[in-house]
Amino acid sequence: MTSFKDVFEQYSWEQSKEKIYAATAKDVERALTASQRSLDDFMALVSPAAAAYLEDMAKLSNQLTLQRYGKVIQMYVPLYLSNECNNICTYCGFSYDNKVKRKTLSPMEIMQEVAVIKDMGYNHVLLVTGEANQTVHVDYFEKVLNLIKPHFSHISMEVQPMDVADYERLIPLGLNTVLVYQETYHQEDYRKHHPKGKKSNFDYRLETPDRLGAAGIHKMGLGVLIGLEDWRTDSFFTALHLSYLEKRYWQSKYSLSFPRLRPFSGGLEPKVNMNDRELVQLICAYRIFNQEVELSLSTRETIAFRNNVLKLGITSMSAGSKTNPGGYAVEPESLEQFEISDERSAKEIADMIRIAGYEPVWKDWDSVLNP
Amino acid sequence: MLKIADKIFQSRLFTGTGKFSSSVEMENAILASGSELVTVALKRVDMNDTSDDILYHLKHPHIHLLPNTSGVRNAREAVFAAQLAREALETNWIKLEIHPDPKYLMPDPIETLKATEQLAALGFVVLPYIHADPVLCKRLEEVGTAAVMPLGSPIGSNKGLKTFDFLEIIIAQSNVPVIIDAGIGAPSDAAKAMEMGADAVLVNTAIASSANPIEMGKAFKMAVEAGRLAYESGLGRIQSEAISTSPLTSFLND
Repeated sequence: MTSFKDVFEQYSWEQSKEKIYAATAKDVERALTASQRSLDDFMALVSPAAAAYLEDMAKLSNQLTLQRYGKVIQMYVPLYLSNECNNICTYCGFSYDNKVKRKTLSPMEIMQEVAVIKDMGYNHVLLVTGEANQTVHVDYFEKVLNLIKPHFSHISMEVQPMDVADYERLIPLGLNTVLVYQETYHQEDYRKHHPKGKKSNFDYRLETPDRLGAAGIHKMGLGVLIGLEDWRTDSFFTALHLSYLEKRYWQSKYSLSFPRLRPFSGGLEPKVNMNDRELVQLICAYRIFNQEVELSLSTRETIAFRNNVLKLGITSMSAGSKTNPGGYAVEPESLEQFEISDERSAKEIADMIRIAGYEPVWKDWDSVLNP
Repeated sequence: MLKIADKIFQSRLFTGTGKFSSSVEMENAILASGSELVTVALKRVDMNDTSDDILYHLKHPHIHLLPNTSGVRNAREAVFAAQLAREALETNWIKLEIHPDPKYLMPDPIETLKATEQLAALGFVVLPYIHADPVLCKRLEEVGTAAVMPLGSPIGSNKGLKTFDFLEIIIAQSNVPVIIDAGIGAPSDAAKAMEMGADAVLVNTAIASSANPIEMGKAFKMAVEAGRLAYESGLGRIQSEAISTSPLTSFLND
């Protein structure tokens, strides 16, 4: 089977990067006025040359998002099931070499967490784990899905990459969306940040969206961890990946995230810093390039940033999040993946969204639609 | 007056419920539009909760709900969803939307035809969203559709009646009401559709995404009424040049 790897190998990181940095004001203007934008246009939109057009980009992004999505923001919340992990990832609190007590929630503990999340008003939950194949495996996920499906209208997952057959087992149980972030498309850098564990296999991760597409997943999420490598080049490869997937797996929906590296105890300092202006540029560039893709903003970002960026292209937000297993009820002090920046409650975020003239949407899927 | 199945409608403007900044704004815009048939995505309503916020704001005696199957990808899923909607919302009306392509939301003609046949046999009043395909419209008639809902241009695009020539054919040969569904971006598009002889139009994005949805709802109400009145009055033929003063057949009078 051909996969994104075949496309990916036709591009060189260095050449792509050079092209982005060589983009001119004229390239940006063409990208802004085109009726359909190409990958070359995307390169111009994430280039340093586009910084001078940030207000124009924001206006266009706002307008395109309003037309496609209207004045609504989808609400979701993460539910961390486990922080056990056999991978070493230099930037992650769950990294194997971080010698801290680990926890995987039992069915009873999961239901305690679910009760709190439901009280917050959520109908869309994102299940998160590390990669610990001896305890957190496909059988475990099967049990979890059976357990929680009656309580949620939309279930997403951000766990280790799996095989097609595993996804085919989980999708009929209510798995709607799978997020799998490449972290970086820079192969050497990827190797450096993932020295041990199954995650060190760059190609297996790169081809995960192909396996999800083959399994018929309803929605998948892509992204890179911003801070590991040059964000402009990494975002270009994300856009390339998205374009390939949309054409090939045309029945699936797509979402993008743009997490900036957050501190955790003993963690890595970002190699590349992305400032707020640059993150706004990236969000607008994604939207101008692709009107249909969902853009998601987590509690990694600050209150002021989230309040203001809400109208610039974002379609979904989390709120009141905990990034540790048991964080909502069972064991609030367990090891967290990263520190969150926006600690407001789900209700406070919903009020903020309403004051901004948008409607927080808690339910936008129903399990009856995919019986 | 427009009649679909057993219902008579005073208003030929159908509306949607998505993309509004709040349920209150949605309610006020729909009231201003005078619409009597309002489509609701099943995925947005909580069918187990009788106090669901969207449904609560649509509780007016003149407003009929038209649940839609947005999100399903094939006939099997559509039939299942329609049955649940019938049970939960107590209506056998269903707007059949099968768009397996989430990017452009293009309707699947094959699955739509299959689902229409099955749902009509189950006693549903089926209003299928389709391409402006005249042959498909006739096939849908044959399997018992209550109306057809061809698109003017892609959903949410506000591009107007890009399929004009095909809509004309559909209207000319249809035995069921023709409702122009997607792409109507401005009141002038709606008026144009009505002048052509469409039985109704369905508008959502153009109202919901406008800076003032309530006033825009009113504007569409007026445009639909004007277009219909013009159609009923009979529009004059469009002449590209003045009528010749020396007609070609005048010799016959000699």
